[in-house]
Amino acid sequence: MIELRGVTVNLGGKPVVNRVDVAVADGEWLALIGPNGAGKTTLLRAIARLVPFAGEIELEGRSVTELSRGELARLVAVVPQEPYTPPWMTVAEYVLLGRTPHLGPLAKEGAHDRDAAGRALGRLDLLDFAGRRLGTLSGGEKQRAVVARALAQEAPVVLLDEPTAALDIGHQQQALELLDGLRAESGLTLVAAMHDLTLAAQYADRMLMLDTGRVVADGAPADVLTEAVIAEHYGAAIDVVSVGERIAVVPRRPR
Amino acid sequence: MTSVAEHAAEVRPRGLTVAWACSATAFLLVSLIAGVLVGPIDLGVGSVLESAGARLHAPGVTSSLSPTEEAILWEIRVPRVVLAALVGAMLAVAGATYQGVFRNPLADPYLLGVAAGAGLGATIAIAYLPDGLRGQRLLPIAAFVGGSIAVLLTYAVGRSARRERDAATLVLAGVTVTAFFTAWQTFVQQQNSETLQEVYSWILGNIPSSGWSDVVVVLPYIAVATVVILALRRVVDVLNLGDDEAASLGVDVRRVRLALVVAATLGTAAAVAVTGLIGFVGIIVPHTIRLLTGVGYRALLPLSVLVGAGFLVLADVVARTALAPAEIPLGVVTAFFGAPFFAVVLRTTRGGSP
Repeated sequence: MIELRGVTVNLGGKPVVNRVDVAVADGEWLALIGPNGAGKTTLLRAIARLVPFAGEIELEGRSVTELSRGELARLVAVVPQEPYTPPWMTVAEYVLLGRTPHLGPLAKEGAHDRDAAGRALGRLDLLDFAGRRLGTLSGGEKQRAVVARALAQEAPVVLLDEPTAALDIGHQQQALELLDGLRAESGLTLVAAMHDLTLAAQYADRMLMLDTGRVVADGAPADVLTEAVIAEHYGAAIDVVSVGERIAVVPRRPR
Repeated sequence: MTSVAEHAAEVRPRGLTVAWACSATAFLLVSLIAGVLVGPIDLGVGSVLESAGARLHAPGVTSSLSPTEEAILWEIRVPRVVLAALVGAMLAVAGATYQGVFRNPLADPYLLGVAAGAGLGATIAIAYLPDGLRGQRLLPIAAFVGGSIAVLLTYAVGRSARRERDAATLVLAGVTVTAFFTAWQTFVQQQNSETLQEVYSWILGNIPSSGWSDVVVVLPYIAVATVVILALRRVVDVLNLGDDEAASLGVDVRRVRLALVVAATLGTAAAVAVTGLIGFVGIIVPHTIRLLTGVGYRALLPLSVLVGAGFLVLADVVARTALAPAEIPLGVVTAFFGAPFFAVVLRTTRGGSP
């Protein structure tokens, strides 16, 4: 359970996230949507306490400001948008770094940590890549390695910033299916900033739309994704089309 | 789909593999032996071993060396080799630490101003202190104090800036402090041009033949610094991912970075204080190891200790024998022989480096 009350983040003197209230239930998939600069990434960073904020953020009833870095990292894993993947590091070594919050600063990984990393690699179908250098992987394979590292952290909440930005449509689908499978399997709570509204609508239980730092819509995808809302906040001319149970956001050329 | 168990052996970090650890140790041992045996007076392997045996009270072993030769071996050559090994290990491991912590392949141990500060301290000591006081005792202290003040200043300047971009700010603060101290040092030097040669030879670095006293002075600093860095070597790999990612993996970035930087800097300041500014070791040794082995910091740091020690002992052998009885400044040797070697390594290896 994640609970945000009146969360405000000021960067350079102006509010980038402005009094956001939201509660995310255990096992829920919340998509953060909104135009560029809406504050999606900053909101994710506030939850992971990577940026100072005003207001209250609670994880499982505890304020994130009261948790140590290690405690916080055992509750929340982060998949950044453009992670640095050291080219000389093997996939196994990289995924094992996800065990850091479970180790003291002087400790090294034990059998239990290697098991956890092995399970994460297995779930992402990366076991055959364990000994490969990150520098030799494709963009999609690297992305899977980053997600595996987050899973090895064994945190109940995973924050993802544009998890599919670098992927083609097939790999986007694979990555999101995988995340949804992991959520079903281990009850992960997912909060993901997403640009592709059609894909987001298919996977998220709920959508939170931000515009200039404020929450402007919150609800089921079918309720949030309307022509009027998207026109107002994205400045985009679109049609929302139903294809069976699914909805798709289709751009329309303005004349 | 393959099972986890089948791959269990691969799901582990390539730590210090036995082969690389043995190679690095062998390199160090060969260097140490060369350092002890090579010199203007040929002592001979057998005699040196006998003398060592006698010192260790091995039963039935007596030294065949004369008292003078004993003194050359144990009061001049061995301490000089030990000092070179300590300083080489410190400079290499400090360079590797800075490269990881600041995510900058060009970082060297002098990044935060320690060299400029030590240079100023030494120049002031040489220029203003009377001959009698200067000698062995005060010059290293002045250099150590100057180096430490410079780094403290770098931290003060870096911290007064914004919290964002912490590491980059610190590096820029180091550049600023270095420029300021270098200008000051140049001014003092220019005002006291009669001491130019002495200042210059200090700046180029050399291992003094001063017996055990310098070893005793630097050993505690270098030992503590190396232990701290090696204990935190896994975290250096995490810090290398960047501040945000290290924090989201549960690392208290500022505190760990401070511990690593303080250790690397204090050790470097102590080393520089007795040997002057030996360049290139802190860059060339870690990069050569990485290019040859492709390992992460957890293995790179201990390997840097071993290889850095061996490299500087060998460089010192060249420095004191190539133009004997004159000594070539050690900083000249490390770059003159190090640079072409590194160029070969760069050309013959692929990938691996950042």
